[in-house]
Amino acid sequence: MSTLSSQVSAGFDVEKIREDFPVLKQTIHGRPLVYLDSAATAQKPFAVIDAIRRFHEVDCANIHRGVHELSQRSTAAYEETRAKAKRFLNSRSKNELIFVGGTTEGINLVASAWGRTNVKAGDEIVISAMEHHSNIVPWQMLCEEKGAKLRVIPMNDRGELLMEEYEKLLNPRTRMVAVAHVSNALGTINPVRQIIEMAHRAGALTLIDGAQAVPHIKVDVQALDADFYTFSGHKLVGPTGIGILYGKSKLLDEMPPYQGGGDMILTVTFEKTTYNDVPYKFEAGTPNIAGGIGLGAAFDYVTHIGIEQIAAYEHDLLVYGTEALSQIPGLRLIGTAREKASVLSFVIEGIHPHDIGTVLDKQGIAVRTGHHCAQPVMDWFNVPATTRASLAFYNTTAEIDALVAGLKKVKEIFS
Amino acid sequence: MVHDLYQETILDHSKRPRNCHTMDDANRKAEGYNPLCGDKLKLFLKVENDVVKDVSFVGSGCAISTASASLMTESLKGKTRDEALKLLDKFHELLTTDTAVSQDLGKLVVFCGVRDYPARVKCATLAWHTLKSALTNVTDPATTE
Repeated sequence: MSTLSSQVSAGFDVEKIREDFPVLKQTIHGRPLVYLDSAATAQKPFAVIDAIRRFHEVDCANIHRGVHELSQRSTAAYEETRAKAKRFLNSRSKNELIFVGGTTEGINLVASAWGRTNVKAGDEIVISAMEHHSNIVPWQMLCEEKGAKLRVIPMNDRGELLMEEYEKLLNPRTRMVAVAHVSNALGTINPVRQIIEMAHRAGALTLIDGAQAVPHIKVDVQALDADFYTFSGHKLVGPTGIGILYGKSKLLDEMPPYQGGGDMILTVTFEKTTYNDVPYKFEAGTPNIAGGIGLGAAFDYVTHIGIEQIAAYEHDLLVYGTEALSQIPGLRLIGTAREKASVLSFVIEGIHPHDIGTVLDKQGIAVRTGHHCAQPVMDWFNVPATTRASLAFYNTTAEIDALVAGLKKVKEIFS
Repeated sequence: MVHDLYQETILDHSKRPRNCHTMDDANRKAEGYNPLCGDKLKLFLKVENDVVKDVSFVGSGCAISTASASLMTESLKGKTRDEALKLLDKFHELLTTDTAVSQDLGKLVVFCGVRDYPARVKCATLAWHTLKSALTNVTDPATTE
């Protein structure tokens, strides 16, 4: 294990990176904080915290509508994030990128604005067995409203989608295939490029929930040929309440607005309103300006470290963690896909995840326990809940060792 | 320390829950569900002349919720409906307020540590929410929400 430990640290200065995250420098119940809940939300570096503070201290004004200096500054900073998102995701144009509150809003926007005009009775929407509730419920609501049918790609007991079953689900009635790039409960990296290609062959569109992918692997929306791709800023070391929805220009142009209000219009009279161009057509009202600017700083920060370097380091950390946890008697990993990112979800025989979570917390270790907003996944694996340790590039092998020691303590108490 | 929460009695009842079985001749039943953690519980009561003659439960849950159900069944036998509901109120008070611990609670005082763990209060109250619906004849499953 020590060889692996030194391999993990080779060429990636995690101690230097940890200096950028003030929250990590604290003790919880007298023990150093071990934060293993980044799949819920990632911690924020000074660069992001400072950008938000600077906006409020120096540039604060509303955007897109003032001629004064502060408004121009804040508009420029906010719109600069769209340009950064274009580079980060490699979209063709920054006008394909819509600011949303987060992944959930991104999915709801498409299910609502695209779905209401393109889905009719008898049509089919395909999702997968490992979706987060946010990529299930909006489609269920749409299907209910339209009389359409929701179909589900099954998975195997490693937590991998059954592609041959997916193939069988596709037919001329399939309108949309909506799947997670990376599963939040299992860590599975789905073969989205193949999923998209198969959907397109069947004449269907695709929406990829990138919430758990964007912080951990390089995402190129053009290479994937995704029709829609959405993610939240806060899992990418950015602030909460801001995210991005990517959509192909042609689709966005054809879609009706999502919400009505200021900024999404060109002219308004009581008789008729002319809508603004994309992406503004989908951005009604004063947005989360500070959040957008903070997200821009997050793109810069992650780009500076390098998403490929992050992916490589986290992969080594995941391998180390998988091996370490596998040695604990009675522990079963939930989600053992061959392609995985960031997530170590597990159960321990005879000990409820909530008890594990509380005892770990007392040792300064933050993990998530529960169904992770993926109840169908829990049902499939026949567990009420799991304990989930999720990794980020600021975590260390020493923290995984602390988790293992913490779990030994858990077993002492409940055995 | 964590032992304030997981006192010996709680660990004992979570590992060897008492009255943990179904009851064929129960005349009141209720189901409880905690959507937060997926804990499920079925409660069986035999109430005669307004007195709880027998009570049992089955279900799956964490140590706190299992021990709470187990200790609840022990403390209910022989109580009238009103006494049972009063005990419920006192138990809830124990978990959610800083008031002095009531002597009427008996063994249930081992749950006083839960008040320092707000996220776990619902684990301890699931069985009691279920009791309330069993005694008040509500047919929908009780939830902690």
